[in-house]
Amino acid sequence: MSKDIRIRKGVSLKLKGEASKVVKEAPRSEIHSIQPPDLLGIIPRLMVKEGDTVKAGDPLYHAKTNENLKIASPVSGKVTEVVRGQKRRILEIRIQADAKPVYKDFGKKDRSKIKAEEVKALLLESGCWPFIKQRPYDVIANPEDSPRDIFISTYASAPLQADIEFILKDLQEAFQAGVDALAILVGKKVHLGVEKNSTSYLKDISNAVIHKVSGPYPAGNVGVLIHHIAPINAGERVWVINPNDVAIIGNLFLHGKFDATKIVALAGSCVKNPQYYKLVQGAALETILRENLHQGDHRVINGTVFTGQKASASGYLGFYNNTVSVIPEGNNYRMFGWMPFKDNQIPSIYNTSLFRLFGKKESVVNTNLNGEERAFVVTGEMESVFPFDVYPMQLLKACLANDIEKMENLGIYEIAPEDFAVIDYASSSKIEAQEIIREGLNLMIKEVG
Amino acid sequence: MSFLRNKVDQLKKPFLKGAKYEKYAPAFSALETFLFVPNHTTKKGAHIRDAVDLKRTMITVVIALLPALFYGIYNTGFQYYSQLGEAFTFWDAFLHGAIKIVPMIVVSYAVGLGIEFIFAILRGHEVNEGYLVTGLLIPMIMPVDFPLWMLAISVAFAVLIGKEAFGGTGMNILNPALLARAFAFFAYPTFMSGDKVWVSEALNVDGISGETILGKLAAGKELSYTAAEMFSGAIPGSVAETSTLWILVGAAILILTGVGSWRIIAGGFIGAALMGLLLNQFPVNALLGFPWHQHLLVGGLAFGIVFMATDPVSAAQTLKGKWIYGILVGIFCILIRVLNPAYPEGVMLAILLMNVFAPTIDHYVVSAHINRRKKRLIAVQNIKTVS
Repeated sequence: MSKDIRIRKGVSLKLKGEASKVVKEAPRSEIHSIQPPDLLGIIPRLMVKEGDTVKAGDPLYHAKTNENLKIASPVSGKVTEVVRGQKRRILEIRIQADAKPVYKDFGKKDRSKIKAEEVKALLLESGCWPFIKQRPYDVIANPEDSPRDIFISTYASAPLQADIEFILKDLQEAFQAGVDALAILVGKKVHLGVEKNSTSYLKDISNAVIHKVSGPYPAGNVGVLIHHIAPINAGERVWVINPNDVAIIGNLFLHGKFDATKIVALAGSCVKNPQYYKLVQGAALETILRENLHQGDHRVINGTVFTGQKASASGYLGFYNNTVSVIPEGNNYRMFGWMPFKDNQIPSIYNTSLFRLFGKKESVVNTNLNGEERAFVVTGEMESVFPFDVYPMQLLKACLANDIEKMENLGIYEIAPEDFAVIDYASSSKIEAQEIIREGLNLMIKEVG
Repeated sequence: MSFLRNKVDQLKKPFLKGAKYEKYAPAFSALETFLFVPNHTTKKGAHIRDAVDLKRTMITVVIALLPALFYGIYNTGFQYYSQLGEAFTFWDAFLHGAIKIVPMIVVSYAVGLGIEFIFAILRGHEVNEGYLVTGLLIPMIMPVDFPLWMLAISVAFAVLIGKEAFGGTGMNILNPALLARAFAFFAYPTFMSGDKVWVSEALNVDGISGETILGKLAAGKELSYTAAEMFSGAIPGSVAETSTLWILVGAAILILTGVGSWRIIAGGFIGAALMGLLLNQFPVNALLGFPWHQHLLVGGLAFGIVFMATDPVSAAQTLKGKWIYGILVGIFCILIRVLNPAYPEGVMLAILLMNVFAPTIDHYVVSAHINRRKKRLIAVQNIKTVS
């Protein structure tokens, strides 16, 4: 029951500094850092203390609500520091990595015989469970739930985002193994979104229903895939997982070890040699950024320019990320910058600038807001870029008003904050839509669960 | 440029947090951001943002208004001199119009922006850009000899009661510019209707009579204008609403830049044409018999639909709602105009009426959407109970 999904609404934006299709082994990162705030919905309970030695795959902490749900160390070495913030909240667990990694052995599994319960137990034990996120609410999946479906989107539609077909190129066996394991876990085929013109093995993966997707950003968001195949209704649970994490799970079943090595795109106009790097989860970004950035004030983003987290050059690779973007900071003034048809080099989806006529093919975009925050004034602009059958402005207003019934009626279960990044971008009132939605979802978790 | 920037930074110091004039910061910031787009960077959410902002959007509307405004200035002089029977050049006419109209624009901006600045300071928020458009619209839809003090009061009423009372730009229910006109219309009717106000100096000079086309039709008089004149705008009327031609140029700017809703504009003309066509079937008097296509050219209908009905705040906010809203504006405009000849201002009243009903339209559009979602949920639950 494969169905082509063609998205029309959205933003097509081409930015300078796309990663060239070369993979380089990144220099070894001495310190790796796991950042619990990346893992939404889990309150950490530490299982190690400073000075302990761990193998790759040994648990660092478990969830407060479920002690079987463990988060594992991606490398072997010594826990050097637990960084805490306000109210002793754990911000980072730093591990000094051994020169040669030692993996904890989980044992190879025969996928033809394994049962769902065993898959679940292994994922929880090995630290792979947090890769699985739940919709609605965009938090880590609850192992007690039985989800309606699992969705994976391999279409990277965001500008500068790592090309998933490329990073999975040599991982066919692992990816297939991961899909198999997930299919066993939920007892049905996995939904797999593939770019329409894909030539890779992804469209031939078995144990999966393949959906061909095309269109501008955010067509590749897994939320768009779900929405156009089978929207989430109140009370339903759907799980989603990033494609490169599927390969990590696959390797766990094939080789019995938690090998959190991934291929990461380093991209953006501030990068001298934008390309792909082989990195282990939690690696120091410095290893790939050192002597690789142009002069100037820049912003390092853990993720894409639309949905990533602000990081610093001395930060660490985020838990879910396969893209590191570096773009110029926009902390400068532009004289008469509000004038229509001026500054046509700044991309715009509106014709109040002549970007469509005179804009470069690949734009350099900085982090300037290009204006100031205002009330909702221009109505209809959000609807015209939002590829969901959801009224975005009305939903945002319901979130701001903490009106749970309205949020539910307007379809809050069908969307995640990342789907609203396109509205962040396109809003002429410079609204922080992702944040408003995240807070609305947090309220729903508290009140509805 | 960096010299200017440094100067501004120096001037800014007393307005910074904790400094002497901190509470006047919104006023300073309004002037500063007029010179420079600020250096604010994204703190959360998407790291990059589109080049558009409200200033850009609003200035685009002002640009779209300019052709109609310039023609209106010329037409003011043209009507005056041609009725006097004097020989005149283009520049004579333009100058005459400018002398009349520029003071109106100045008063409108001074009073309106003054109030906006005071409210921004009192409430501690930024000065919103909405008034840039409103302030130009108001003089454009008034009769040319409308006394300036009355204009000032109308503007004050519109901004205070129509906008600030609701919380400022983005929160208002009625279009402020039309509210100013409606206020003037009911508060000073002798200056807003009749046969003595629509041409410059008609009140003072005996030889000039200035009736609008709809006024003449309502009074059952002969029409002396051709359809071409109605289209080009060489007819008496409010300052800048007469020229359908230049208004359509403005409409093209709004639609091409994506600033104005083409759905409302198209809906408005379609609604008006259909209603006119319907009423033409019963031509018992001059107004009912007035051809439907000429209805589209007179009485400020085009101006209202293109520049007033498209106000994104007071219009319906959903894309489907915009269609319904536009069509209803057109229908009611012709209905009021023809069936209630005491109010030839059909377009003003129709838009204000639909402003009030826009939230209702949206409510039904969104409710239909919600019901679809609920039905889907029920369908899924039924499947589950069956299996």
